[in-house]
Amino acid sequence: MVYQIIWFALWGLLWAVYFMLDGFDFGAGILHPFLGKSDEEKRMIINTLGPVWDGNEVWLITAGGATFAAFPTTYAYMFSYLYTPLLIILFALIFRGVAFEFRGKGKSEQWKKLWDVAIFAGSLIPTILFGVAFGNIFQGLPIDANGYHGSLAYLLNPYGILTGLFFLLLFLEHGALWLAIKTTGELPIRAKSVAKKVWPLLVAVAVIFLIFSAFKTHLYDNYLKNLVWFIVPIIAVIALLAIFFFTEKSPVKAFFASCITILAVVFTGIIGLYPNLIPSSIDPKYSLTAFNSSSSPYTLKIMTIVVIIFVPIVLLYQIWTYKIFKDPVTPEEINDPEVETY
Amino acid sequence: MDVVTLSRIQFAMTAMFHFIFVPLTLGLSILVAIMETLYVKTGNELYLRMTKFWGKLFLINFALGVVTGITMEFQFGMNWAEYSKYVGDIFGAPLAIEATLAFFLESTFLGIWIFGWKKISKKAHAFAIWMVAIGSNISALWILVANAWMQHPVGYVLRNGRAEMTNFFALFSSYAITKFFHQILAGYTVGAFFVMGVSAYHLLRKSNLEFFKKSFKIAATFALIVAFAEIVVGDWHAYEVAKTQPTKLAAMESHWETQKGAPMYLLVFPNEAKEKNAIELLPIPKLLSFLAIHDFNGEVKGLKDFPKDERPPVLITFLSFRLMVGLGMLFALLALIGFYLSKKDKLVDTTLFLKIMLYMIPIPYIANFLGWTVAEVGRQPWIVYGVLKTADAVSKSISTSQVWMSLFGFVAFYSLLGVIDIYLLTKYAKKGPEESAISAKKAEAVTA
Repeated sequence: MVYQIIWFALWGLLWAVYFMLDGFDFGAGILHPFLGKSDEEKRMIINTLGPVWDGNEVWLITAGGATFAAFPTTYAYMFSYLYTPLLIILFALIFRGVAFEFRGKGKSEQWKKLWDVAIFAGSLIPTILFGVAFGNIFQGLPIDANGYHGSLAYLLNPYGILTGLFFLLLFLEHGALWLAIKTTGELPIRAKSVAKKVWPLLVAVAVIFLIFSAFKTHLYDNYLKNLVWFIVPIIAVIALLAIFFFTEKSPVKAFFASCITILAVVFTGIIGLYPNLIPSSIDPKYSLTAFNSSSSPYTLKIMTIVVIIFVPIVLLYQIWTYKIFKDPVTPEEINDPEVETY
Repeated sequence: MDVVTLSRIQFAMTAMFHFIFVPLTLGLSILVAIMETLYVKTGNELYLRMTKFWGKLFLINFALGVVTGITMEFQFGMNWAEYSKYVGDIFGAPLAIEATLAFFLESTFLGIWIFGWKKISKKAHAFAIWMVAIGSNISALWILVANAWMQHPVGYVLRNGRAEMTNFFALFSSYAITKFFHQILAGYTVGAFFVMGVSAYHLLRKSNLEFFKKSFKIAATFALIVAFAEIVVGDWHAYEVAKTQPTKLAAMESHWETQKGAPMYLLVFPNEAKEKNAIELLPIPKLLSFLAIHDFNGEVKGLKDFPKDERPPVLITFLSFRLMVGLGMLFALLALIGFYLSKKDKLVDTTLFLKIMLYMIPIPYIANFLGWTVAEVGRQPWIVYGVLKTADAVSKSISTSQVWMSLFGFVAFYSLLGVIDIYLLTKYAKKGPEESAISAKKAEAVTA
C-alpha cells in the first residue's frame, strides 16, 4: 500500500522532472530557426543544448522504465492503446536526437537545412503530443473490459488539443528564458522579447485550461476533498506570475520560476489523477490505478531501494554538468577550432 | 501476416539495427578511454590525437545507439503488452535500473566529454570517458540480466495471473553472468576489429604511419586478450545453455536422438521435415557430450524428446551457431597474427593481411547478429522459456494494419539513418586524424 503510493508519487516526479528539463530544449529547438538569424546564431542555440539534451531525455526513458517496473499493467495498456501517437513521438525524438549530432558534420546549406527542420519538427511534435496525451489522460480514456475504444483522431478532441497548446506555450516560454541566459550578443535580447510575448498567451491558455478542467475532468475532486492540496496549483500560479516580473531584470530567476511552474503544473495534474494512472472515461472500475496495476510489494521495495541510493547520485552529477556549462555560449567559443561543438 | 509475425519481424529488425551501434559503443568507448588515459599519463600529444580521431567516430556511432534504444523500451508495451503485463513485475525492474544506473551516467558524462575539453582538467576529462565506458557496460549488464531471465526464468512464482519476483538476486544466475561476459567480449571484438580495420586502411595508403601503427597495436593487444577470453567464455555459456535450455542446445547442434557419450560431427546438415540430419559425417566420439555437459559420457537430449510444437526452428539456430563459433575462432587467429606483426613492426609490409583486416570490419558485427539469432530464435516458440509462448505475448489491442504501418516506417526511417551514418563514419574514418584532430598542427610539430 505504502509502496504503491510512493511509486505513484515517483511516477509523477519523473514526468515532472522530465518536462522541466526536456521542456527547455524542446522550446529552444522550436525557436531556433526563428531566433537564430545566421548559421552562427543557430549553432549557438544548438550548442546551449549540446551538453545536456541527452541527459534530459534519459528522464523520459527512466519514466518509461519506472512505469514498466512499478505499474506493468499500465505500461502495457498505455503503450499498446496509444500505439500510433507514441510511434510518432518516437520517430520525432529519433530524428531530433541524430539531428543534433549530424547537423555540424556536413558543410552544405541543404544538409544544415535538413537537420534544422529535424530539430524544429522533432521538438514541436513531441511537445504538442505529450500535451495531447496528458490532456486525454486527465479526461480519461474510453477503456472497458474489452480494451480501448478510441482512435488517433479521437485523441485530438478539444480538451486534448487545449492541453497540447498549453504544453507548447509552457515550453516556448521555458526555452526562450533558457536562451536568454545561455546566449550572448543579440540573441538574449530577442529571446527575452519572445518570452515577454509568449507570457500573456500562456497565462490566457492556463486560465482556459483550469476552467475547462473543471468541466472535462475529475481533477478537482481530490482538491475539494482536501483543500491543503490547493497549495500546489497556487505555487504554479505564483511562479507563473514571477516569470513576468523577473524576465527583464533577472532572466536566471525567471528561468527558475519557469522550472517551478512546470513542476507545479505537472504535479497539479498528478495530484488530481490520484490514485489513477489512466482513468477510464466509461466506468471508473476499468481505470488503471496505482493499486490495481502495480507490481508486487517485493519488486516495489527493491526498486525503492535502488531509487533512494542512485537518484541522488544522478542528481549530483547532472547538477555538476549544469555547473560546468553555466557560462553562456559565445560566438568565439563555437568558432574556436580547439573546442568541440555541434 | 498476423500481428505476432509482424511484431516479431519488427522486433528483430529494430533490435538488429540497434545492435549495429551497441557493440561498437562497448568496444570503442574502452579503447578511447585507454587512449586518453595514456595521454594523461604520458603527455604525448599523439595519444590526444588518437583520442580525438577515434572519439569522433565513436560519437557518430553513439548517437544512433541512443535513439534506437528508446525504440526498444517502447516496443515491449506497444507490441508485446501481454508479455509486459505478465512478466513486468520481474522483467521491468532490470530495465528501470538500467536507465537509472547506466543511461544517466553514459549520457551525462558524454555531454561533459564532448563539450568539456577546455572547461575541466585533463584528469577530469579522462574520467568522463571512463564513466561513459562504464555506463555502457553497466547498461549491457542489466539488459543481459533481463534477457537471460527470458532464457532461464528464475527467482519468481506464478501468482495473481502473472510472474512475480521472489528473489531479486536470483536474476544474477550463472546463465546471466556468462551471457553478460559473452556479449561484452563480443562488443569489444567489434571495437578492436573496427580500429584495426580503419588503421589498416590508412596503413595501406601509408598515411599517418606512426598514428595508425600505434592505434593498430593498442587494438591488436586488446583484441588478443578479448578474442581468446571469448572462446573460454563462449564455451562456458554454451554449457549453461545446455543445462537450462536443452531444446536450444539440441537445435544448435542439430542433435535429434537422446544419447549418452554423444559424438560431434564435423559435417552436419539438418533435415527438419524428416527429423534427422541429411548429412552427418566425420564424427569425433563423445565430443558433444563433453562440450555440452563437460562429461564425456554425459547424456545429451535430442530434439525428438520434445514435442514438435516446443522445438525451435532447427536450421536457422544450427547454422547461426556454427557460423558464429567459426568466426570466433577466426577472430582469435587474426588477433594473434595482428599482434605479432604489430609487435615486430612488420604491419606496413604485410599488405595482404592489412587488406584482410580492412574487409574484416563488418564481420564481427555479423558474428554478434548470429549470436543473437541463436539466443532468440533458439528460444522459440517461447518468449519466456517454458513459461510463456511468443504467440500469447503480443498486444491484443493492436491491428495488423498498425504494425504494417510502423514496420514500414521503421524500415524507411532506419534505412535513411543507416545510410547517413555509414556515409559519415566512412567520411571521417577516411579523412584521417589531421582534419579531424583539433590540435593537429600542434601535435604534428611535436611528433614530426
